[in-house]
Amino acid sequence: MAAVQETVEAVAALEKYEHGFTTDIDQEFAPKGLSEDIVRFISAKKEEPQWMLDWRLDAYRRWLELEEPDWAKVNYPKIDYQDSYYYAAPKTKEGPKSLDEVDPEILAVYAKLGIPLREQEVLAGVEGAPRYAVDAVFDSVSVVTTFKKELAAVGVIFCSMSEAIREHGDLVKQYLGSVVPTSDNYFACLNSAVFSDGSFVYIPPGVRCPMELSTYFRINAKDSGQFERTLIIADKGAYCSYLEGCTAPMRDENQLHAAVVELVLLDDAEIKYSTVQNWYPGDPETGKGGIFNFVTKRADCRGDRSKVSWTQVETGSAVTWKYPSCVLRGEGSSGEFYSIAVTNGHQQADTGTKMIHLGANTRSRIVAKGISAGKSTSTYRGLVSAHPKAKGARNFTQCDSLLIGKTCAAHTIPYIEARNGQSVFEHEATTTRLSDDQLFYCQQRGLNQEEAVALLVNGFVKDVLQQLPMEFAVEAQKLVAISLEGSVG
Amino acid sequence: MLNIQNLHARVEDKAILKGVTLDVPAGEVHAIMGPNGAGKSTLSYVLTGRGGYEVTEGSTSLNGEDLLALDANERQRRARGEDEIAAPAFLKLAREKAASLKIDFEMLKRGLNVGFSGGEKKRMEIFQMAMLSPKFLILDETDSGLDIDALKIVSEGVNALRGPERGMLVITHYQRLLDYIKPDRVHVLAAGRIVASGGPELALQLEAEGYDKYASAAA
Repeated sequence: MAAVQETVEAVAALEKYEHGFTTDIDQEFAPKGLSEDIVRFISAKKEEPQWMLDWRLDAYRRWLELEEPDWAKVNYPKIDYQDSYYYAAPKTKEGPKSLDEVDPEILAVYAKLGIPLREQEVLAGVEGAPRYAVDAVFDSVSVVTTFKKELAAVGVIFCSMSEAIREHGDLVKQYLGSVVPTSDNYFACLNSAVFSDGSFVYIPPGVRCPMELSTYFRINAKDSGQFERTLIIADKGAYCSYLEGCTAPMRDENQLHAAVVELVLLDDAEIKYSTVQNWYPGDPETGKGGIFNFVTKRADCRGDRSKVSWTQVETGSAVTWKYPSCVLRGEGSSGEFYSIAVTNGHQQADTGTKMIHLGANTRSRIVAKGISAGKSTSTYRGLVSAHPKAKGARNFTQCDSLLIGKTCAAHTIPYIEARNGQSVFEHEATTTRLSDDQLFYCQQRGLNQEEAVALLVNGFVKDVLQQLPMEFAVEAQKLVAISLEGSVG
Repeated sequence: MLNIQNLHARVEDKAILKGVTLDVPAGEVHAIMGPNGAGKSTLSYVLTGRGGYEVTEGSTSLNGEDLLALDANERQRRARGEDEIAAPAFLKLAREKAASLKIDFEMLKRGLNVGFSGGEKKRMEIFQMAMLSPKFLILDETDSGLDIDALKIVSEGVNALRGPERGMLVITHYQRLLDYIKPDRVHVLAAGRIVASGGPELALQLEAEGYDKYASAAA
């Protein structure tokens, strides 16, 4: 009962989007609009080497020739790419060296969001509670990364992308764009030209990362886009678990978030990547505002027996366009995708995964749970393919959709391609409506309607929540309940 | 305890209950029998506050409190007996109650009603009832879908809750259940009204003669 009670209190306290506050801080912007000069400006701001600038400019020129994709089942007004800021950063003299130099206003933002930026605060927490290191990205820049020293002691590099380009140029040069090439798609290409910051992780051979790594993205500035770039490399036999969280203020204008995440796995490496996405979804009544979340995430299982797992809880954003994918190149490598996509109000989500089986005896598993309420639309779009060499490939896919109310929609669009005769693909899908009978059954046990919906939905998404690290699973469970507040009745 | 006065209710434009009056004092078990379509289930839904039923006239109260003014879950909370309970005590109680109803504790680790047979569902409801120990019980067609062994277990569970503080309303088609749960009073509901009331012998008489007499009397 305690958890349910807590949810109810959380709902009552919030009523609306919890993270919708804005913060007045002294910020520095690049001029509005997009041009080669802006790309140069961003690169110069970050004191990047020439090769990086060339890489960006190459991407920018390719982007000019690409067309915005329109195949996803989402509708949104045409984006004016010249009417946005591509660089917004809190003003500091040289970039903070320690937490004491970070603008207290920014620290207050993270405190309000409940993100521990002070290592001692994390350490002073409950005994035995798992610790996690945080990279905090505020608009276009990383403001602080915690636990760097402790991680460095075991050889783990965890820092902002800007720092990685300066300090670990060889690694970045070797792997950046090797999973998601610059011209992979329209939004990835745009990101390649103007990406501002993000996280960089390198786990050396045989090292098991001693703590959870996480990045917390916050969009604060008005009319700005966020283009973060994350690169995680797990060397032979390495392991790490990584989590990203995202929030943004409530604004009437749409803001673009076009991120690229690349994961590289060598032999026997394992990466667990979890996302709790809670960007501002727009006004629930009018559909005004909200984030356009157009993200390219891909893992390349280059090494034999490597293993990658994507878990995502998508509750925010006005429009979501996102397909975390696994390229299963290494023999016996495996990919997993666990997803909860919640849409309410006027939200639209077109999300799923791609499991590309290239190597022999590769395995993949997809568990996707979509919940739609209000006037929202949720689409699962997933590709499972086995190439001629991928003999013995196996996939299991389960897609379940839950509809709440009569004005929402759910779609499931699977693409299945088997190009050899020795692959086994299974696909199961269900669509159900949250029934009055189930709600009444719960009410008969004394639960009110909100509690009943939370309980039933929690049961529906349990398989996916179990994949999240414990403390985030609790958060995610609450988030799902809050997102569906007022969806029945 | 439960008091129903001249209760009229309809679903959309169709009048189903046409003036039900009934009093179930604390400590008594009353059975409601009647033919299909008499309004038995509607009565239980109206009492428990399910959506889609409109009360057009009359009133109903539990221990003097107007039930119709409360949401479904609030009615349940009013009818509930237990105090706040700590997790270890709850678990201990659950183990005891499960054992007494011959429910394998492993079953409690499964998702509720997921892949349950009809009998398992019913047994689980009786188990929940034993845990919540409500002050007043409405059992609607509890016997449907049960084999004899399950029926015995369910009846024992219900009988264990009988007491001077608790009232029960048992709704059933068949006399069979009443062999196990002995009612103090039996009422016949036909065409939306209580058309006859009597002791347990009335149930036996119905079993022998059928509902024809009452159906025609009500019409």
